[in-house]
Amino acid sequence: MTIKIASTVKVGLFIPCYIDQFYPQVGIATLQLLQKLGCEVEYPQGQTCCGQPMANSGYEHLTHQCNSLFVRNFAAYDYIVAPSGSCVLHIKEHLHDPANEPAAAGIRQRIYELTEFLTDILKVTALPARFPCKVGLHQSCHGQRGLGLAQMSELVASPFSKPEQLLRMVAGVELVELDRKDECCGFGGTFCVAEEAVSVKMGKDRIADHVKHGAEVITGTDVSCLMHLEGVLRRQHQPVKVMHIAEILNQQIHEQANH
Amino acid sequence: MNRPTTDHATLADKFNENEPRVNWHDETLWWVRAKRDRQAWSIPEWELLRETASQIKLNVLGNLHDYLIQFEQQALQNGAVVHWAADAAEHNRIVTTILQRHGVKRMVKSKSMLTEECHLNPHLQANGIEVIDTDLGERIVQLAKEPPSHIVLPCIHKKKEEIGELFHEHLGTPAGNADPQFLTAAARQHLRQEFLQSKAAITGVNFAVAETGEMVVCTNEGNADMGAHLADVHIACMGMEKIVPERKHLGVFLRLLARSATGQPITTYSSHFRKPAPGKELHIVIVDNGRSRQLGREDFRNSLKCIRCGACMNTCPVYRRSGGHSYHTAVAGPIGAILAPNLDMKDYADLPFASTLCGSCSNVCPVKIDIHQQLYKWRQVLVQEGHTSGMKTAGMKVMSAVLSKPGNYKKAGKMGRWVLKAFPGMVNNRFNPWYKQREMPAPPKQSFSEWYAEQQSTKK
Repeated sequence: MTIKIASTVKVGLFIPCYIDQFYPQVGIATLQLLQKLGCEVEYPQGQTCCGQPMANSGYEHLTHQCNSLFVRNFAAYDYIVAPSGSCVLHIKEHLHDPANEPAAAGIRQRIYELTEFLTDILKVTALPARFPCKVGLHQSCHGQRGLGLAQMSELVASPFSKPEQLLRMVAGVELVELDRKDECCGFGGTFCVAEEAVSVKMGKDRIADHVKHGAEVITGTDVSCLMHLEGVLRRQHQPVKVMHIAEILNQQIHEQANH
Repeated sequence: MNRPTTDHATLADKFNENEPRVNWHDETLWWVRAKRDRQAWSIPEWELLRETASQIKLNVLGNLHDYLIQFEQQALQNGAVVHWAADAAEHNRIVTTILQRHGVKRMVKSKSMLTEECHLNPHLQANGIEVIDTDLGERIVQLAKEPPSHIVLPCIHKKKEEIGELFHEHLGTPAGNADPQFLTAAARQHLRQEFLQSKAAITGVNFAVAETGEMVVCTNEGNADMGAHLADVHIACMGMEKIVPERKHLGVFLRLLARSATGQPITTYSSHFRKPAPGKELHIVIVDNGRSRQLGREDFRNSLKCIRCGACMNTCPVYRRSGGHSYHTAVAGPIGAILAPNLDMKDYADLPFASTLCGSCSNVCPVKIDIHQQLYKWRQVLVQEGHTSGMKTAGMKVMSAVLSKPGNYKKAGKMGRWVLKAFPGMVNNRFNPWYKQREMPAPPKQSFSEWYAEQQSTKK
């Protein structure tokens, strides 16, 4: 199966710091998926972090150097794509560079979370992927409520979900229904350690919802949430695995899902 | 009623010691949230209604001075006495003086979060005046000598068995009886006596109509009406932001309030108070207590749109799992966390951090306050004003230094992964809050950037 797009899109790949360090397989899947879909992808080696850990802790004033670095790394690309709704939202809302504000403004407009890039820019309607598994989709808050990746349960509006739309293109995926389809998992950046008790309780409750409905894999658009859920799952010795959505969308037809 | 001195995280930690109880609290409030959703979906123009309410309140906040003057003029014409209180202390003084002039020693009060905010009850008690809270939930927490844990559902943290015990102790109901209907009937009998004997009644105010000088008080129990109609003196206490310009605007707010609060189409009683009955007195106390200051803070001004429905609490995953008392302020939850720092930054510096910034609060808010954005902004203000620990600042500076230089970042990352692999005990120990109930991620051999560099070099 080949997917045709009008012309080659030059994409700057932004791999958030914790994915780079702890979940390289998510970066690899994102890169391969974008290439498979016809994008020309580059990963600028000088990148580090979007600055969100400092900013959400009240230290936005300590993110200026991170911001300048980000602008230097990504100003040249048609699109900037990252496998994280949270980091993308932070850049969209808070990236400023007094030395080069037009470039910063451009990046704020051209940065996309992976699934919205696939549905809205590449307009993907089919994927050469197969993943025979019961999957629970965790709608991460910043992607969902911040970027509008999916309809929110609080609002009276027509339903849609960009991640779900893509997962439905993967052969074999069986999406499980959840009791609370978009409740926060409790990661919340430094909240996860500053408010340890509530953070863990929220994580446990999200997991219980997925387990109750038979999910074998919990997926989502943000590794930070998944990392938190994985930490709880492993402590509980649960057989349920977490996988970033890019890993599922990038599953080869011939690959046997061994989860 | 003492304000705890510990912070939200510590109090939440304590609340979480009893997990089944946390589950019960969470599910009870989620049930209210679900009821609210059903009511919202029953109105196709729900989002338009929210937007309209938000715009009306924006107009109110932009012209508050004029509306307040108009309201006062109308109220005076109606025969009410209008008092202005700059802060909580002045509010309490005004109320006490009115009551003392009438020789009131015991009186009834319907729900008013403003009087909680001003700590009126302890003040009146100190002046020899006993207050009987007549909202059932408030009466329950009053008997338990606790503050309300929720602005709409004051005793939502109490189980019916605990209420049965309280009533047994204070109202003489049979021991072990926890039947809600029976207990409510007992409270009704008890409160009826208080209503009949009370010479004065305090009520809150949900909406104050500038056009007519009338006030609307919403209750489900009719307790505001019972109190105000039977007493000779009615004192209505209102925050100065409670204004709506015209009577017709009530059609927007009354539709939103109860649906958002409890998932009812409307409160059982939406009572309009306009003028005192012949021979009786109606006093209106209009309170600032920091509201002018908040009005002057552009980033936080919109928080004054709040109509105190409590929807943000019911939806908040943190509130549901930490309880209202963990916020150690009269108005708990997300809205409390953006209002309280305005009252005292030092005492409430912890509250804007008691959130994952998930944004659900802003989505349910019937007047569309950008609550989670304001939480983020309060964090910046609190750090700038020095209300943060030196250790945290030092840590953030190190983090910033590492993340600002790709070389530093790569070295630190490699080092971190190596430590995790070679000496897991250095990380996986009791000093690491992550590790207490969660495993650390397994460190991979290579980072993504190392893998990518390797791929690029093999290509060449």
